[in-house]
Amino acid sequence: MEELTLTTLLAVFEEMFGAGLFWIMVVAALAITVGYIYVLIRDRAVSWRKFLLAQLSMPIGAIVAVLFVQFVTHSGFGDIGGPVDVIVLLGIAVAGAIGAAILVYTVQSLVSRPASS
Amino acid sequence: MTDFLTARRAFLKASAALLAATTAFGGATTRVRAQKVSTSARIVILGAGAAGTALANRLNDRLDGASITIIDGRSEHWYQPGFTLIAAGLKPANYSVSETTEWLPRDVDLIAEYAADIDPEAKTVTTTSGTSVPYDYLIVAPGLRLNWEGIDGFSLDMVGEKGIGAVYAGPEYAARTWAAMDRFTDEGGQGLFTRPATEMKCAGAPLKYAFLTDDYARRKGSRGNVEITYAAHSGSLFGVPIVNEKVRMLFEDRGFNTVHNHVMRAIDADRGIATFNTPDGPQELPFDFVNVIPPMTAPDVVRNSPLPWADRWVGQGYVEVDPHTLRHTRYPEVFAAGDVAGVPKGKTAASAKWQVPVVEDQIVSQLAGSEGTERYNGYTSCPLITRIGRAMLIEFDYNNNLVPSFPGVIAPLEELWISWLMKEVALKATYNAMLRGDA
Repeated sequence: MEELTLTTLLAVFEEMFGAGLFWIMVVAALAITVGYIYVLIRDRAVSWRKFLLAQLSMPIGAIVAVLFVQFVTHSGFGDIGGPVDVIVLLGIAVAGAIGAAILVYTVQSLVSRPASS
Repeated sequence: MTDFLTARRAFLKASAALLAATTAFGGATTRVRAQKVSTSARIVILGAGAAGTALANRLNDRLDGASITIIDGRSEHWYQPGFTLIAAGLKPANYSVSETTEWLPRDVDLIAEYAADIDPEAKTVTTTSGTSVPYDYLIVAPGLRLNWEGIDGFSLDMVGEKGIGAVYAGPEYAARTWAAMDRFTDEGGQGLFTRPATEMKCAGAPLKYAFLTDDYARRKGSRGNVEITYAAHSGSLFGVPIVNEKVRMLFEDRGFNTVHNHVMRAIDADRGIATFNTPDGPQELPFDFVNVIPPMTAPDVVRNSPLPWADRWVGQGYVEVDPHTLRHTRYPEVFAAGDVAGVPKGKTAASAKWQVPVVEDQIVSQLAGSEGTERYNGYTSCPLITRIGRAMLIEFDYNNNLVPSFPGVIAPLEELWISWLMKEVALKATYNAMLRGDA
């Protein structure tokens, strides 16, 4: 690797997923994030009931993300060989957990509005 | 109602701010493309492989007005690092196959023929149909020739039968090798792995296939019926001493039989015997499965030209270039890149990736009237697969020093999951980005 610039990284991700799928994924992730910010601003408060359900979905998101990565890469827990592998595993789990929480919270909030004040 | 309107206004402002910030961030971190240079030079590239294609794209970007011609008779572009994954049954044969034309910019002329002659005095390249292509700069990047006739009794149509494998031969042959290896790890027997005595591309691949065969046997529970013998061509298993020691330890750990100074010269598929030249005379080793890797040389068009070293790699024909600038020592308008370059290390795709910016810099600087400053330090990279799910990322330079790309994060001589992830998921993408000149 000579230099890891943003354009290099984008080029690599585009090749990995195909330019179309990659940018659809980016747009979807942005859309969900925007939807999340939208419902926060719209409601001016976090609905803790909805948040509870979102939190409960976090371990599921974590496990699904890890299993998905293992499936597409033909690997398993026995292949963890060093500290950086543990970090990568945790990073994937955390990303899955946060993604699941945001998705679940946003979907709940868009589906059922809170009582108007 | 006013609450909703206020909320909507706030939301729209926030979105606009986010959009503005992202654009500014993206603009600020985009790599500044180097300045274009105006020229009417004729640049000829021999070979549309990794190095040739990457250089075609980069020079096309940097040079305004140059005429760039690329000569390659094969319509398919092969992603060679994928062959091991195909031969491991993890990818289909078409994983490594694309069209040569897919990667070339529109402004570059492709001559879809092989080159027959290089005349650096007259500065022309002649194709097989007799077309003469004059050049101001020539980049020789045709890769290596696999000399299958160097193994008596072997022919490519044997691959996949009677335990004969040949991962290097091509995507279809890699797939056939997988079928043979799969059968072998089911049935058991003697597995034989070796490498040629000549220079070769990716000196790690012969080792990888031994590790993968071992791993499959273990997963299937048949490792007890399988014996793995590695016949090393010299006294060591790998050219870089610190890596060699690690490989030796891994071989011991896996229970491989290792013999040294064995160079394969013949094979008898019916009797399942391979014959090796050794210091003690010819030795026969039995096999139920063998991964045949032939001696390799530069292609004939290079060997028959004045370009090769006269006193190094005699008979193999690699191009005589300065190891740091990749410029020919006797013909200053000629460069070599990729496997055909006569340099001590660097016959991998990663080496081509590092050589390409150096050749680009040398040519563009010269056309702009200055000196090129980029240097190639012999960087070679090998993600040495040690089992499915783990690889050892080995990176080194001309001085046999380890030069990790991710120091402190990815330990060089450790079998890691992250290195496997990179090999399986990110490597082809990085390679493709390199072909386009973006990485």
